Amino acid sequence: MSKFHVSTTVNGDAVEYLCDPRETLLDCLRDKLNLTGAKEGCGTGDCGACSVSVDGRLVCSCLMLGVEAEGKQIDTVEGIAEGDVLHPLQKNFIEHAALQCGVCTPGILVAAKSLLEKNPSPTEEEARYWLAGNLCRCTGYDKIIRAVMETAEELREAS
Amino acid sequence: MALDDRKSEFTFVGTRPDRPDGLDKVTGRAKFGADVSAPGMLHGAILRSPHAHARIVKIDASKAEAHKDVKAVVTRADFSDKVPFQPGLEGEFWNVLENVMAGEKALYDGHAVAAIAATSALAARDALKLIEVEYEVLPHVTDVDKAMASDAPVIREGAADYSVPEGMHPNVVRYHESGHGNVDAGFAEADLVIEDSFVTEATHQGYIEPHACLGMLGNDGKGELWCTTQGHWIAQKTCAALLGIETSQLRVTASEIGGGFGGKTTVFIEPVALALSRKANRPVKLVMSRSEVFRATGPTSSASMDIKIGMKKDGTISAAQGVFRLQGGAFPGAPGDMTAMCAFAPYNLTNVKQIGYDVMANRPKQAAYRAPGAPMGAFAVESVIDELCKKLGLDPVDVRLKNAAHEGTQASYGPTYERIGLVETLEAAKAHPHYSAPLKPGQGRGISCGFWFNHGGETSVSLALSEDGSAQLMVGTPDIGGSRASMALMAAEVLGIPYENIRVTIADTASLGYNDVSHGSRVTYASGLATIKAARHAVERLCGRAAAKWGIPVDAVKWEDGCAVPSGPNAGDFDPMPLADITADMGATGGPISGHFEATPEGAGVSFGTHIVDAEVDPETGKTSVTRYTVIQDAGKAIHPTYVEGQYQGGAAQGIGWALNEEYVYGEDGRLQNSIFLDYRIPVASDLPMIDTVIVEVPNPGHPFGVRGVGETGIVPPLAAIANAVSHAAGVRMRQLPMSPPRILAALKDNG
Repeated sequence: MSKFHVSTTVNGDAVEYLCDPRETLLDCLRDKLNLTGAKEGCGTGDCGACSVSVDGRLVCSCLMLGVEAEGKQIDTVEGIAEGDVLHPLQKNFIEHAALQCGVCTPGILVAAKSLLEKNPSPTEEEARYWLAGNLCRCTGYDKIIRAVMETAEELREAS
Repeated sequence: MALDDRKSEFTFVGTRPDRPDGLDKVTGRAKFGADVSAPGMLHGAILRSPHAHARIVKIDASKAEAHKDVKAVVTRADFSDKVPFQPGLEGEFWNVLENVMAGEKALYDGHAVAAIAATSALAARDALKLIEVEYEVLPHVTDVDKAMASDAPVIREGAADYSVPEGMHPNVVRYHESGHGNVDAGFAEADLVIEDSFVTEATHQGYIEPHACLGMLGNDGKGELWCTTQGHWIAQKTCAALLGIETSQLRVTASEIGGGFGGKTTVFIEPVALALSRKANRPVKLVMSRSEVFRATGPTSSASMDIKIGMKKDGTISAAQGVFRLQGGAFPGAPGDMTAMCAFAPYNLTNVKQIGYDVMANRPKQAAYRAPGAPMGAFAVESVIDELCKKLGLDPVDVRLKNAAHEGTQASYGPTYERIGLVETLEAAKAHPHYSAPLKPGQGRGISCGFWFNHGGETSVSLALSEDGSAQLMVGTPDIGGSRASMALMAAEVLGIPYENIRVTIADTASLGYNDVSHGSRVTYASGLATIKAARHAVERLCGRAAAKWGIPVDAVKWEDGCAVPSGPNAGDFDPMPLADITADMGATGGPISGHFEATPEGAGVSFGTHIVDAEVDPETGKTSVTRYTVIQDAGKAIHPTYVEGQYQGGAAQGIGWALNEEYVYGEDGRLQNSIFLDYRIPVASDLPMIDTVIVEVPNPGHPFGVRGVGETGIVPPLAAIANAVSHAAGVRMRQLPMSPPRILAALKDNG
């Protein structure tokens, strides 16, 4: 099967790749652009480990085809920090031990950042429902939710 | 030099610094199993049986082999000039080989029958369809009680060991019986005897990272393997055995591991990748899909259990007896013995008897899952104790306190306990505000105790000092939940240098002696003990260098706050010599300074916990909500308390899933019906409350700092505690897990 040429923007950088029409955006990010931060935990859109932002919208990159990224703005976990300055979510995830194995962390950070961009003052329940599409098997979510709520408060105070 | 073996006051231990690998894990930089590639790499894919039980009559891979993108095909009985797997294996190696690639029969839905390496993942997946397999479908069985019945299809003749009594079905492969006293006499003394039966379904560890590896093996018998594993030495040893190469010629590097919980303590795809690589003479990457993880890697056992407990009016348990039948898939290994030994372990019993069965069925080979076998037994036993308390009008915490095991108690499974912390967890439960908080209508409260043995295991650790006074610590137990932080804290405590100055590396198999797997709650205990002793070894050498510089005997030097100091006024008057001053010129004063320790530590120290749960049942839908949850567990000494809390919370969350929703669902055709996360639903953030924790610290005499492992015990009490809460809320005793809405509705209906 012939491949398609795709031009897109990932974490602010213009990139190009050739992909089979059956390959997902996740495959393309990981295998063609070497951005392995997004993980494949299920391939069916159930675990959220592959979460990325596409034109500002939170998506499971395993459910989007690589060819559909043409002309889009993709943001992944690799682009969350600004240079060597961690995003407050990243800092708080480390400080609150909101990760154990860390494999769900990239997806959860992308999803939590998306939450706080849309809702700077989530209730605990809102945070739990927003992150319900991101599975974590290690933490029981307690410290994740605390880190997200703490970050929301910090960001509100800073603005 | 004087070094106290035991320590109770700490500078670094007990603090909560950021984990050393935090930055890598929040930026996407950390490399997990599927995150690497190699020049010339091929992609592997595995063809799996669609049948629960079938004779493999013929495999024709000629069309696949002829495909231009396919570079290698392997099956168990390959007709090429190279044998993919070593023939003539015995024992567990044979079982693992049979599991990673089927021999004469496919034994479960999802059993591997052939594998392909091709130039792309898509090509490999497509080419699988070109392999033609002729099956003769055989009768199958997936239920544990049916697998033991006389008319059950035989999975494999001759799989049973010496322990199985005569007359049992060949699917019963191991038998365990233990206890003490006279249970019949004990039951005669009881004021109330309750006998009841319980069932739990198989659940999966549910780690978010599927199995993944990258293997390279040459015809010279030398190889490299990168894989996500809880133990790369067992991967090395097993792969070498299965492929017929020398263990030392295969170097295995553990990737970052995206969860394991016991499920990554063996190999599945690793030997297949290496066999494909050897045949294609190129590196081969193999990554499982989620469906493959569910169908073909180890879930826990399903269980069927009968419990009989006698109690006096004052709450004293006069006798306890249990029969535990565990189904562990198509291979021996279901932990019926562990279930039996753990079930009554929290209690000081005069009369106790337990029997465990290991039963085979047409399901994937069970793998360890966090305190393997213990949660099911606790569910059954603690449910009956709860029912006894209810009928006798006794407080469930008081009854457990009355019967609680303590130092000197003969355990239900034989040995006499050293210092243990069960009573302390129960007292903390009783004093906790949760236990006395009012309940709303429709809510119920449950409690349960739980026990796990904990484990030591082979351990080898090295520590090397750098000229600038920093330290590199090499441990062999993959960091599955923040263990680099606790290792660095323990090393800092001994060396007296800042936590941040220690770099912890999970070394590959070529760098250290054999390290047992990250399992058995052993990492902070055993690798921690070895880290402390390796650091002390380095300190001895540092003291030696200082003694030589000062011209005094080495036993006149001691180590304090990161410095060599004279051990007393008679040793001489010298200023403290900091570690970095000694390492700065170590090349000229005797060479590099390192510390090393290796052993099989035996003092892991058993572990107990007590959980309190509030649950609310919706009588219309049968849906249960956990409204409040408190975990109380003895950690011996919490090295990094935040990560100890994390273990408690994670164990409770997994237990909530097991209790309320998770189960392997098999159809009449023996196929797994829920092999994706949509259908096998693990708890999500909106399902759970905050999980409160209380860390009890009753020091373990078998560890220099008092550590008891904390990883596993947290999943033992939840099943029972939640079942007790739900039973109180619903007004009907729940005897089968998971307590899914349909089961609760059925129970409510039966109860009128």
